Amino acid sequence: MSAARDEILGRVRAALAPSAKTERSRVISRSYRDVTAPADPVSLFVERVADYQATVRLVSAAGVADAIAAETEGMHCIVPVDLPWDLSNAEIDDFQSNDELDTFDAVVTGAQVGIAETGTIVLDHQGDQGRRAITLVPDRHICIIRTDQIVAGVPEAIAELNPQRAQTWISGPSATSDIELTRVEGVHGPRRLVVLVVY
Amino acid sequence: MSGTFVGMPAFPSAAREALQDDQLRRNLANATGVIRTKRAEVVDEVDNWEELRVAGAAIKDEVLLHLDEYLIELEASLTAAGAAVHWARDADEACQIVGDIAADHEVDEVVKVKSMATQEIGLNERLAQRGISAWETDLAELIVQLGDDLPSHILVPAIHRNRDEIRDIFVESMASAGKPAPDGLTNDPAALANASRLHLREKFMRAKMAVSGANFAVADTGTLVVVESEGNGRMCLTLPEVLVSVVGIEKIVPSWEDLDVFLQTLPRSSTGERMNPYTSTWSGVNDADGPQEVHVVLLDNGRTRALADEVGRQALRCIRCSACLNACPVYERTGGKAYGSVYPGPIGAILNPLMKGVGVDEQTDSLPYASSLCGACYDVCPVAIDIPSVLVELRTQVVDSHRGGAPDAFGAAMAGAAVSFGSPLPWKTVVLATGWAGRLSGPLAGRVRSSALKNVPGAAGAWAGARDIPALPKESFRAWMKRTGGQE
Ligand code: SF4
Repeated sequence: MSAARDEILGRVRAALAPSAKTERSRVISRSYRDVTAPADPVSLFVERVADYQATVRLVSAAGVADAIAAETEGMHCIVPVDLPWDLSNAEIDDFQSNDELDTFDAVVTGAQVGIAETGTIVLDHQGDQGRRAITLVPDRHICIIRTDQIVAGVPEAIAELNPQRAQTWISGPSATSDIELTRVEGVHGPRRLVVLVVY
Repeated sequence: MSGTFVGMPAFPSAAREALQDDQLRRNLANATGVIRTKRAEVVDEVDNWEELRVAGAAIKDEVLLHLDEYLIELEASLTAAGAAVHWARDADEACQIVGDIAADHEVDEVVKVKSMATQEIGLNERLAQRGISAWETDLAELIVQLGDDLPSHILVPAIHRNRDEIRDIFVESMASAGKPAPDGLTNDPAALANASRLHLREKFMRAKMAVSGANFAVADTGTLVVVESEGNGRMCLTLPEVLVSVVGIEKIVPSWEDLDVFLQTLPRSSTGERMNPYTSTWSGVNDADGPQEVHVVLLDNGRTRALADEVGRQALRCIRCSACLNACPVYERTGGKAYGSVYPGPIGAILNPLMKGVGVDEQTDSLPYASSLCGACYDVCPVAIDIPSVLVELRTQVVDSHRGGAPDAFGAAMAGAAVSFGSPLPWKTVVLATGWAGRLSGPLAGRVRSSALKNVPGAAGAWAGARDIPALPKESFRAWMKRTGGQE
């Protein structure tokens, strides 16, 4: 291929030549994964999400539709194609342009994994979560996660997730501490994050 | 738009100027103190932190010692995922590649998510020469760019600006760059953040092309990872049609599963959070979701030079968390700009000479001396880089490179200057710390002790203006820190 490629690889090999050559092992001690699992991952998740100034509510399966309705009252909403709940006031994602997305007040989605330790929700943008842009441009994100999707920590989440899919890990609303380290919630992503945990 | 580090004065004189700027010192001391405390709290929460550090170091070493093989693997998996892979030997070549992609698409502006690599290669300036505006979208970078300024900290580049200054910069400069600041903008951080939201949203919506870096590149899956807070990263990685990521060749991790180390250690070390607000991962092109043309530029620009240094190559493990900056008593007092590089602080003091080579310019050669070797940087480093040992090794190399047979005034002066750059401010008593001299071995140690206390000839003359010639210390640096907490 390119001359640059050959030269960089050549430089790497020259740099490493004096060192003893070993086989690629990929064998790393994973003892860092031996930790005591949290006794109650769901409560921990709820507590940690709340720490980020997100709104988090526990709702029963029967109460989800009402909870969504309450969170989106009077708002112009967009939802992904396969969202398993009906929203009367929502438009379904139909590859609206970025400018059109900017006219929505809120987006309602599912999630793939929740991480208790860090209060993180992970989207891998399947049918109930939608393409990345719809959870980014509207100012409010209502994200629904089932308790059986919540895992203890980062290693468990990584083990479950498929790297071939684009992912968005979300821990609280967007934030900045760039001005005198004062935390301000809400810069470019949704300024309000509402997490509904369905038991 | 934003300034460049080229032609900066060497560390001691830059440090002197910085030390005279009271505002900068207050901002820095406040900021580094706050982040240090937050980091300590969330690190203490993790029972197996030491295991995570060891694993992080081992993963990075595995990659570095087989970097050629991992690069080839990464290239193959990126290509299979639909990304175009480019190789850049140096800054020029990387800027040329990015500029050519922009030219191919006939864009005259790109949006950027903060990236050390693109700053390192001076991409914005180079694109500007080709008539392409590169808009920084990270709030701090925006402040720096609009203020025509230099970043001072890896993580919070505008840490040297307070809210009043930021307000003034926005009011004065936003209009010429796009959407003007709202009328009656106050210095309230929330109002300032909102001004940047409005200003930048317009740019995100119309941008055809984005440029990013990557925190990690997974060799076996071709996945790139960007860790951020504000959502500007998500905007850049999602909305434009074309995405170009400039990735240092040391950013590789072997497998997806290795991320379970770094996604724990990076946010806690960096912003002192359990997790940063947003992490995006993508592997090449995704069907009907995000940019449909994805480029990755693999950048050398001195990394292979660092790799060749058997002691120094551990610096390439660095995941740019900036914990070492916040831990460093020298950094806290002088600020990032004094290092004259995009990589400031303890890591910059080793990375710059390793990547550029010693004996080439005075600025770079002075960096290994910008430390008291107190070891705080090593203690906090999530990939366990032994910065003090590398500093000592590099000092030897600097001295060797300047040894012309005659008495080595340069090396001795450097060594002398190293311990006293704080004078005449609170470091008056911290000259020639005995703990520091005691760490040096061999002939250098003797030379430091004998030369630095005398009236040093030659190069030292130039240095003397930037500092008081050191007198014997009343106490060692460590003892002083312990006694005063740095607040004397
Ligand atoms: S050297 Fe270590 S502590 Fe410093 S920025 Fe790099 S990873 Fe972080």
